[in-house]
Amino acid sequence: MNIIEVRELVKIFDGLTAVDHVSFSVSHGDIFAFLGPNGAGKTTTIKMLTTLLSPTSGHISLNGADPAKDQDGVRRSFGIVFQDQSLDDELTALENLEFHGVLYKVPRDLRRKRIAELLQIVELTDRKDDLVKHFSGGMKRRLEIARGLLHHPKILFLDEPTLGLDPQTRNHIWSYIHGLNKAEGITVFFTTHYMEEADRAANRVAVIDHGKIVTEGTPAELKERTKTQSLEDAFLALTGKEVRAEEASSKDFMRMHRNVWRR
Amino acid sequence: MSTIYILWLRQLKRYVRSKPRMIGSLGQPILFLFALGFGFGPIYAKAGGGNYIEFLGPGIIAMSVMFTAVFTGIEIIWDRQFGFLKETLVAPVPRFQIMLGRTLGGATVATIQGFIVFLLALVAGFRPVSYAMLPLALVFVFLIALHFAAIGTAFGSLLEDMQAFPLIMNFIMMPLFFLSGSLFPLNGIPEAILAMTYANPLTYGVDGLRAALAANAHFAVSTDFLLLSGMTVIMLSIGGYLFSKIRI
Repeated sequence: MNIIEVRELVKIFDGLTAVDHVSFSVSHGDIFAFLGPNGAGKTTTIKMLTTLLSPTSGHISLNGADPAKDQDGVRRSFGIVFQDQSLDDELTALENLEFHGVLYKVPRDLRRKRIAELLQIVELTDRKDDLVKHFSGGMKRRLEIARGLLHHPKILFLDEPTLGLDPQTRNHIWSYIHGLNKAEGITVFFTTHYMEEADRAANRVAVIDHGKIVTEGTPAELKERTKTQSLEDAFLALTGKEVRAEEASSKDFMRMHRNVWRR
Repeated sequence: MSTIYILWLRQLKRYVRSKPRMIGSLGQPILFLFALGFGFGPIYAKAGGGNYIEFLGPGIIAMSVMFTAVFTGIEIIWDRQFGFLKETLVAPVPRFQIMLGRTLGGATVATIQGFIVFLLALVAGFRPVSYAMLPLALVFVFLIALHFAAIGTAFGSLLEDMQAFPLIMNFIMMPLFFLSGSLFPLNGIPEAILAMTYANPLTYGVDGLRAALAANAHFAVSTDFLLLSGMTVIMLSIGGYLFSKIRI
């Protein structure tokens, strides 16, 4: 059985169809790349998979649970690293992890052990008692990945996990994810705009555009189908070269000016 | 329980780590205590009211608890803007527990703030009639804190705009403060204004607090307690409902 099963998923916002009859599946232990230009419907799909949005119609099954019926069952089965930072800056790294562990009801002894282990993996053991606001972007990402894995999820969602990071950090992060995929058999579902990253990391790829799945397969199959040399060229061949407009939200504005607002 | 506890603990840690916030929110009560206390004191005494600081003290404590509690609601907007709210919203726990933990945390912070203002009032010359009544005072301070933290949660869930929140809250809270009997006794004020004060939850909070600290109450303590508790339960339900409706 597939760990993620999506059938005929639709999301309509005020007459605008963001996700249009999308169907795909992800098998156990896959590293699955969900690619698409800005505004293609990637984040909306992830939000529906992770119970943050309810679909207009269609069916989702995550680790055998249906978000429409068993929300908490679905929530227990995945860990997520959001596109935007979602740590508490005023807490230490350890406190952020503790908070997550308590929220997911990981028993205390197991929690302590797991946190120590994950801090080792993401190489933050020395910094565990520092406030997160003093962390660099890469350190925050690593901490978020550790946090997403704390409750032993079956699936890890990563929404542009390496956005804005330098090549060294990106490389590092992918080696952790690969290690975890091998060691714990965790299924990874990620989005990215870095095509060479998807090419190297993923064993399956789906391309979404204008809310519809354009194609699905292994990176090699995609290149073969489009008769291109790289996944980037395949992606451009599938989705066109036009630049997609995406308006800056008020949230982006706030983020840009966050220092002004800090107390 | 553990969900409520960890959210409560987070609010407290953030408060303790933010010294400017702690100190900054003492400005207003200090100003009111000293400026109004010493300014109106002689007039109040001449009018036969007695010692004004004795009357004003509980009112200012209640005011600072109310404002501190309401403004903890802005943290929901912060958490929404800076992403942390999502971390709690995808967790496999009931939304109401998250809301309750946050609100209790805000209420605890406001209660601590109330205690600091109580110490400041002592400096200004306020003396409680009996220190044995302090536990009762604490009950009322906490009820005020919980009620207004729930209002803060409700508005924090409704509003997405960080600049609108303080403006709207001041617009609502200032009248509640002035029409609560914090600054003046309710005896002999015009009927229309009296009706408004009766509909105001802070009135019962201030009155209960004054009963405990100054033995000078307008209503019976049990009336204050029951009405304020009832209003708090209603506010918590509204806050819980609005929080459950948050969409990211």
